Amino acid sequence: MALTDLTAEQAIAAIVSGQTSSCELVEAHLARTERDVWNSFLAVDRAGALARAREIDALPERPPLAGVPIAIKDALSIRDLPTTAGSRILEGFRPVYTATCVARLEQAGAVVIGKTNMDEFAMGSSCENSAYGPTLNPWDLTRVPGGSSGGSATSVAARQVPWSLGSDTGGSIRQPAALCGIVGLKPTYGAISRYGLIAFASSLDQVGPFARTVRDSALLLQAMVGRDPMDATSLEWPVPILLPDAERLDGVRVGVIEELMGDGIDPGVRAACQTALARVEALGGTLVPIKLPHARYGLATYYLIAPAECSANLARFDGIRYGHRAEDTENLLEHYERTRGEGFGPEVKRRIMLGTFALSSGYYDAYYGQAQRVRTLIIRDFATAFAEVDLVASPTSPTVAFPLGERTSDPLAMYLSDVCTIPISLAGLPSISIPCGLSEGLPVGLQLAGPAFSENRLLAAAHALETAIGFVDRPTGSGE
Amino acid sequence: MIDDDVTRHVARLARLALTEPELARMRHELSVILDYVDQVQELDLIDVVPTTHAIPMQNVFRDDVPTPSISAELALREAPEVLGGGFAVPRMG
Repeated sequence: MALTDLTAEQAIAAIVSGQTSSCELVEAHLARTERDVWNSFLAVDRAGALARAREIDALPERPPLAGVPIAIKDALSIRDLPTTAGSRILEGFRPVYTATCVARLEQAGAVVIGKTNMDEFAMGSSCENSAYGPTLNPWDLTRVPGGSSGGSATSVAARQVPWSLGSDTGGSIRQPAALCGIVGLKPTYGAISRYGLIAFASSLDQVGPFARTVRDSALLLQAMVGRDPMDATSLEWPVPILLPDAERLDGVRVGVIEELMGDGIDPGVRAACQTALARVEALGGTLVPIKLPHARYGLATYYLIAPAECSANLARFDGIRYGHRAEDTENLLEHYERTRGEGFGPEVKRRIMLGTFALSSGYYDAYYGQAQRVRTLIIRDFATAFAEVDLVASPTSPTVAFPLGERTSDPLAMYLSDVCTIPISLAGLPSISIPCGLSEGLPVGLQLAGPAFSENRLLAAAHALETAIGFVDRPTGSGE
Repeated sequence: MIDDDVTRHVARLARLALTEPELARMRHELSVILDYVDQVQELDLIDVVPTTHAIPMQNVFRDDVPTPSISAELALREAPEVLGGGFAVPRMG
């Protein structure tokens, strides 16, 4: 077996038993990273990664993550490494501090080998909004990997790394994980510190792992979870995150979200999810149809709340303290307007405009205020569902990976890519996408979600299902 | 509802210079998106409390203890223009 085929858990075991070293493992993954036919990386830190691997190999005892390489979404700051969030406005920017979640992984012995491509400022569902060109799906190079964390998902599916970090605001971890045939986990809002994450929509943003197994994603969550004094929204975590080993689902009640299993979901996607869900009963669990009456307002609610918050968060890009600056401006107003006009791409401008409008005088209550109230109804829908079931399930994405360019000229068609993931994001709930089969030769993701703080139960069920499904993860567009 | 004047006004509020073709396209796209999101108006929400934070939290405080921060030199490292140990900005007027 090639070193790049090992899961992170297998790689840790191989290092601990002396079959390989962090240096060998990092070198093998760097080789695939530097031959980047997918355009999944925006920066590769060969020298830094190998130096760190040598340090770890020289330690008397292996740290928990043993020097296994990882890739980090370019929305997360790492001191002195180029960080752009996929935007021209941050071209050449090098942060002066490291995100807490990355620092915790490094502390646990992970080795960062590079920064991954993404939709500009995490706004998009296809990775085509990157200012540095789209990432290509490793299952079919003519298709998108999903987004916004498309580079992180692709890097794992294409075996450039065994695992990576992304961020999820309305589906940006789960949807690309589904389209690339891997596991993507968005934890409870506040589970992982966002200090050092370039903010998009602060009431929704959450960091989370990509991996090729549920257990690997649990290992990463374990190392990152918990309160950070630098992020006031981070939570004291009540119980340790466990490595799931459940094989059965006895007594587990899974609610199938009826609104997300009907119209608007591709028949092939629905069929793959139904086949996977039938295994819940084979493993001893029960399936219960459930309704989320306000889920259909999720997309509209999200496209008021997220742009409103982004228009405030992105005010910081002013060409004064860092990043791009327009030349030869006459006064401060012209400086701001031209710097931002030149630095931001079309989708980011659209969202800033939409958010500024929704927050502007005379419209605030009708748009932003109204959306925050619908959000309350969506949260109540989930609370009602969780009185009856332990977890809820749906497809992660209404379609498989779509062709490059298919949705770029129609913003609303692109927004619909996240129709299954957004209601869960609005409610702040933990959610995971696992690969559950193929449709048209492309991977389909099954989404599971649970109440806040139910990560252990969610991971256990996802692991049992993953084992029963036995998805064969063999991307055909791997560039060999 | 969204005409050229409104689009120009919002672009000014957002501090975004848009070219004329960008402005025309933006007006059209914003109209389409606003038509879609308008469905939130269908619901009667008079008695519904708005959600600002999905996971209930109390105020979060820390002890007011001074700690070292980054140096001025490091803070200025990424600035496009530095003047006299500070960030340089164009004149206000």
